[in-house]
Amino acid sequence: MAGARGAGLRIPGVRKLEHSLFVYRRIWRGTFFGTLVSPVLYLSAMGVALGSLVPTLTAFGGVPYLVFLAPGLLAAQAMQTATQESSWPLFAGFKWNKTFEAMVQTPQGVRDIVIGHLYWLVVRVGIVTGVFLAVAFLFGAVNSPTVILAWPAAILTGVAFGMPMAAWTASRKTEQSFAFVFRFIITPLFLFSGTFFPIEQLPQPVQAIAWLTPLFHGVSLTRSLAIGHDLDVVILAIHALVLIGLAALGTLIAFRTFRKRLIV
Amino acid sequence: MPSPEHVSEPLIRARNLTKRFADFTAVDGIDFDVAAGESFGFLGPNGAGKTSTMRMIGAVSPRTSGDLRVLGDDPEQKGARIRGRLGVVPQLDTLDMELTVLENLLIYGRYFDISYVEARRRATDLLEFVQLTDRAKSLVEPLSGGMKRRLTIARALINEPELLLLDEPTTGLDPQARHLVWDRLYRLKQGGTTLVLTTHYMDEAEQLCDRLVVMDNAKIVAEGSPRALIEKYSTREVLELRFPVGVQETLDGQLDGLGERIEHLPDRVLVYAADGEAAAVAVHERGLLPETMLVRRSSLEDVFLRLTGRTLVE
Repeated sequence: MAGARGAGLRIPGVRKLEHSLFVYRRIWRGTFFGTLVSPVLYLSAMGVALGSLVPTLTAFGGVPYLVFLAPGLLAAQAMQTATQESSWPLFAGFKWNKTFEAMVQTPQGVRDIVIGHLYWLVVRVGIVTGVFLAVAFLFGAVNSPTVILAWPAAILTGVAFGMPMAAWTASRKTEQSFAFVFRFIITPLFLFSGTFFPIEQLPQPVQAIAWLTPLFHGVSLTRSLAIGHDLDVVILAIHALVLIGLAALGTLIAFRTFRKRLIV
Repeated sequence: MPSPEHVSEPLIRARNLTKRFADFTAVDGIDFDVAAGESFGFLGPNGAGKTSTMRMIGAVSPRTSGDLRVLGDDPEQKGARIRGRLGVVPQLDTLDMELTVLENLLIYGRYFDISYVEARRRATDLLEFVQLTDRAKSLVEPLSGGMKRRLTIARALINEPELLLLDEPTTGLDPQARHLVWDRLYRLKQGGTTLVLTTHYMDEAEQLCDRLVVMDNAKIVAEGSPRALIEKYSTREVLELRFPVGVQETLDGQLDGLGERIEHLPDRVLVYAADGEAAAVAVHERGLLPETMLVRRSSLEDVFLRLTGRTLVE
């Protein structure tokens, strides 16, 4: 019986992930160059060239600037990649290609699309940060074995941005606000969340604000794990919980905004 | 003999089906049944409520009130299960522009949990059926409107649906492309697939529908086979008269009594008569000189005009 099919156990979101992989298989060559070149450029310009002007940091038991910078960039890259994936490409599924409209006409539901997008963020950010880590390793920017934990930390950072952004994107009628998000949210976070310098360099009140920004938690978690010096499990857990909380909240709101958009 | 209800429960059964959006009523308490193997149409102008009805049947749009059963289930309770047995051709193509023709079919098959091997086998057959085999590896973007439409139909068939929903399947296509689509749909119908379609083209409804309802302003205003509707609401023939500019306004009852009914449209006059030729002769006998005269058979367009006072495509 055709009707009985699909009645058994099924994992939500897998088909949506397959769709993303179908599309990625078509376009990966175009994106892979940027994925590879971006860490090379940043690490050589900021880490090596600029870093040669910066004395060894006292933090983390004293590390060269390149070693300090690389995990910060890693987390920031995760944020940017996930936010990007949740803006224009996701919006296309609602408006330009109407992929999601087609999907909800099949047994796939809103839940599958949201969770499938989350899977896709994990895969996409995983690829970008994986390449980044490989390049950073070649630059000698990472050497602690705990760096293997910095990878999932960076992916978590990406999801913590990507899911709230996805929820927002689903509620947009036009794509105009995306550029605003990047210019006024993502870029300032990129600059002031401890990516390039320890936030202790900032005035006290600004430091407090930095604690409230999600990227700070992503950068701190990723950096601590990448350098692996004197790990404070409680602090790490706080950072991780903030990121998990953001990802979960974004996902819950996305269920609502995706549904409102697709089921009318 | 079992009663007809036992022989086949209708595939779709709607009672007092209503869909309201914030400030307007898109579907206003309609009743209809669609039987298995039937080809059923919603005919009406844009905004009549056809698409809203289709979306409710397709289990993607919750109804506001009333009762709806599709394939024996309530779309609000068993949406995914119903959608798994439906094929949907939406009004606007929702093909994946970033993927090839074949990939569009494969991934769509995956949404129905069809294995890659099986999806590929079906996709090959379906591309043959819609005559797109030679375009399998091409991206969707450069395809013509007719090809995209055929691909959308192929995609809707990947799960071997028991019921195929088509929302304005040929709107926007050139005549040649339309006939090709009609031909494919006709073959499906011959093969026993139940078709439900919306259209604002009377010729499409006449070609494809065994039975149809005429919708206007969110309501069903008539129901029957195309032939029965024409017999009930129109005459056998129609005489179309076009007068020189300005003359139509001065006719002033000079055509009265020529047929059963006379309709004045902005650009022409329709005389409804059992014998169009006789009416044409009578026009001349009255000394009237229209620029052109045309006798044709009554169509659903005339039915719609009679029921609503408006033409279908404005």
